Amino acid sequence: MDDDSSGLKRGRWRRPTRAAATNGGASLHTPTPAGRFHPAATVGWAVLVGTPLAFLGYFFLYPLLSILAVSLGGEGSPLAPFLTVLSRPSLRQAAWFTIWQATVSTVLTMVVALPGAYVLARYRFPGRSLVRAGVTVPFVLPTVVVGSAFLALLGPSSPIGLDLRHSVWAILLAHVFFNYAVVIRTVGGLWSHLDPRLEEAARVLGAGRLRVFREVTLPLLAPALAAAASIVFLFTFTSFGVILILGGFRYATLEVEIWRQTTHFLNLPLAAALAVLQLVGVVGLLTLYSRYQERRAVQQSLRPAVEAARRPRTRGEWTLVTGNLTFMAVFLGVPLLVLVERSLHAVGGYGFSFYRALFTQRSTALFVPPVVGIRNSLIFALAATLIAVVVGLMASTVITYRKGRVGSWFDVLLMLPLGTSAVTIGFGFLVALDRPVDLRTSPLIIPLAHSLVAIPFVVRSAVPVMRSVRRGLRDAAAMLGAAPFRVWREVDLPLVARAAAVGAGFAFAVSLGEFGATAFIARPDTPTVPVAIFRLLSQPGAGNFGQAMALSTILMVLTAVAVLLIERLRPSREAEF
Amino acid sequence: MIHLNATTGAAPDNRATLVRSAAFRSAVKWVACLSLLPALMLGLTGCGDENTSASTTGTSAGVTQEPTEIVLMTHDSFAVSDDVLADFTQETGITVRVLTSGDAGAMLNQAILTKDNPLADVLYGVDNTFLSRALEAGLFESYASTALDLVPDQFELDPEHRVTPIDYGDICLNYDKEYFASKGLAIPSSLADLTKPEYRGLLVVENPATSSPGLAFLLATVATFSEEGDYTWKDFWGDLVANDVQVASGWEEAYYSDFSGGAGEGERPLVVSYASSPPAEVIFSEQPLDEAPTGVITDGAFRQIEFAGILAGTKAPKGARLFLDFMLSLRFQEDMPLNMFVFPVNTDATLPPEFIEYTKVPAEPLSLDPGVIEAGRERWIEEWTTIAQG
Repeated sequence: MDDDSSGLKRGRWRRPTRAAATNGGASLHTPTPAGRFHPAATVGWAVLVGTPLAFLGYFFLYPLLSILAVSLGGEGSPLAPFLTVLSRPSLRQAAWFTIWQATVSTVLTMVVALPGAYVLARYRFPGRSLVRAGVTVPFVLPTVVVGSAFLALLGPSSPIGLDLRHSVWAILLAHVFFNYAVVIRTVGGLWSHLDPRLEEAARVLGAGRLRVFREVTLPLLAPALAAAASIVFLFTFTSFGVILILGGFRYATLEVEIWRQTTHFLNLPLAAALAVLQLVGVVGLLTLYSRYQERRAVQQSLRPAVEAARRPRTRGEWTLVTGNLTFMAVFLGVPLLVLVERSLHAVGGYGFSFYRALFTQRSTALFVPPVVGIRNSLIFALAATLIAVVVGLMASTVITYRKGRVGSWFDVLLMLPLGTSAVTIGFGFLVALDRPVDLRTSPLIIPLAHSLVAIPFVVRSAVPVMRSVRRGLRDAAAMLGAAPFRVWREVDLPLVARAAAVGAGFAFAVSLGEFGATAFIARPDTPTVPVAIFRLLSQPGAGNFGQAMALSTILMVLTAVAVLLIERLRPSREAEF
Repeated sequence: MIHLNATTGAAPDNRATLVRSAAFRSAVKWVACLSLLPALMLGLTGCGDENTSASTTGTSAGVTQEPTEIVLMTHDSFAVSDDVLADFTQETGITVRVLTSGDAGAMLNQAILTKDNPLADVLYGVDNTFLSRALEAGLFESYASTALDLVPDQFELDPEHRVTPIDYGDICLNYDKEYFASKGLAIPSSLADLTKPEYRGLLVVENPATSSPGLAFLLATVATFSEEGDYTWKDFWGDLVANDVQVASGWEEAYYSDFSGGAGEGERPLVVSYASSPPAEVIFSEQPLDEAPTGVITDGAFRQIEFAGILAGTKAPKGARLFLDFMLSLRFQEDMPLNMFVFPVNTDATLPPEFIEYTKVPAEPLSLDPGVIEAGRERWIEEWTTIAQG
């Protein structure tokens, strides 16, 4: 442990970076042999920095700034809407509630999901990868569907007699339900690679279980913990559907207010002022996060997951494993089962009549044949994942290698889309993306919007792992004559492949279930599964409701299978380290 | 404790130059691949945009040659049978591309934001609650379709014909027939009845701040009880809240989670919904029904009229006009009810039998002038929220 303890290491870690920065900033801080200028490295570096910057600049910053300029640049002082926000108690209240519920939701999610992450990362048991894919399912379900399941369980006709509707508890529970997977996957991704020998050594030296966890495991996990917490915070900070459905009119977040001001009152200046406030909060938080992240990065020897995980041995371990699995089954499973039950519950007993009805063409044009919806969803998700993985991995490399200001600003920029109002971005696309090519009504706009949300997941999964890669490995490779690119490809990439697979699975899931962000973009009529569910639910009729539930069940299965497959796709070289 | 990657760790010194040149080649390959990505993306959009670029070149010719495609911007609830649009194409040689843009409010905002470089040629789906804002923004070109002869005057809210009425729907109370029959309870006959003790805890409404039918119902109460006098709309809502009204954030939640009738799984037998909901219950039932499980209360119904208009700056004014004519034709008007559950404005249009048998069209629906709605909407919603939060 001493070797990795922070003070000494931090100094060593930073110094070469400064040197590299004075060296034109064009090469990695890894010394090139004989200090020669490497043209390939310069070009490669420019591409690594340039591509994500160009992507985010054009598809995020430019639209965002354009819409803010249009909204605030009308008649009257641009400051006036900000004064309105400050003077209106309901808006001040929304700002406060946004911060409060996001903080509480994040803490709750972390506490509830950490034991689960541990169990899934450290123990081998039959069906483990199935469980890991399964926990992702809640993450992708449309809020309107989950909302109806939650209302059935915790609403006025609750079977457990617990009417939490329109209470803050319903909101918090739903947030934990949706974000459980974020912690499981982000933290679990690193946890499953921690060298178990460190903990074993500490144990042998006489440290108690709790002490080992506090002094060995937690510090090593810190980057992933911070990563997961930041994503959960941003997600809940901009929470929208959950607040509307479960919170009723008593609770509103800034996101809900932005949406209301935009689509119901058509008050763009006020919406823009709220969006700016939201952004300020997000940037502040992210800056803190990225400072912390950089300080806490600990180089360590990551181990293959196969080595880190083992079968539970003692009775206590078995209790831990079964206890957590039971919790997941109840907490995540029951709301999902409600949906499945409803999809099977037809007049005169259970059966597949709703599923059959889905696959027979109906008279109304609003109806989307499931095959069409699934195909569209898969194509969009594939495209979004591809973009997110390519851009995300390039960005992760930059963040990992470039310490200091540049890296941390880069980090903040990449996370921003997660914390930005979907309405604002959607409208930004409209006012900004008409030149040089009119992208506004192109089918590409959907995967592009999805990838903005998905990139942070790829980055958050990859950076903690990349940061933990031992400097020694990179240096050794460089000493042996490998160009920085080759160092990245031969050293970082194989180590990061697993994290990238986790990120890709996330990206795919995000895109598969995404409905909110694209609802505000004018788009060609290419209905996805969530859109089809929404359409079924927007008409009365028992048949529509049952079919919406059946389609939701199909979406769940689709998600679980997709995530499972993506995780299997990872290169087998991973086992080499 | 250093764990070397097998490949790099084993690389012997004399291979260094080889490695370096291999690295260079691989870097070049990477750069080549990555620079292809944006190009690929532009290429893809280029394909999608062929039509629009064709349209700009088309107009430059001396002869007025219009593009053969028009774009229809509409809200997410829009639906039309494929063969109906195919008929239009066959008649006129013009194809229709549909662009869905969120709910009605989001759509209108998008149209306003893109006014200088419109996304579409025709906009359909702006209703009387947002009409005033749309007209103020100067979105539309005037066009009086000859087919308007078949549309009753009450639907034509804009004398300048910047917008054309296409359909209407009434937002009204729906009730669970079984509940009222089994309790032997009289069905409320007016909005004022809702505050009576016998209807305590029976009604669910939608939040007007987040839902379009919710706003329509609020407007209905403003129209019924007015703003001034002994008993204003605010007094009525105060009494409703005291009578335990449930507020849901949207129609889906109110209808499926709170309402007890039809497909609803809740416990309240009265809900704010549409006059077309009972026919929909019959048409989309699980098993054939010979009676609708729900009924409508026509008193206090608020009429929503949906309009279409030609977006100013269109490059296809002729095609847009032809399409507006087509939207008023029987072919389109008779297709609407079963797709969007709205009523056609064309008096010649034949309604599907379910629309005649299972619902009632209010004889005197409530309405407010679009200008009055525009001026009052935000204030009413704020005041309503204060009352509802009790």
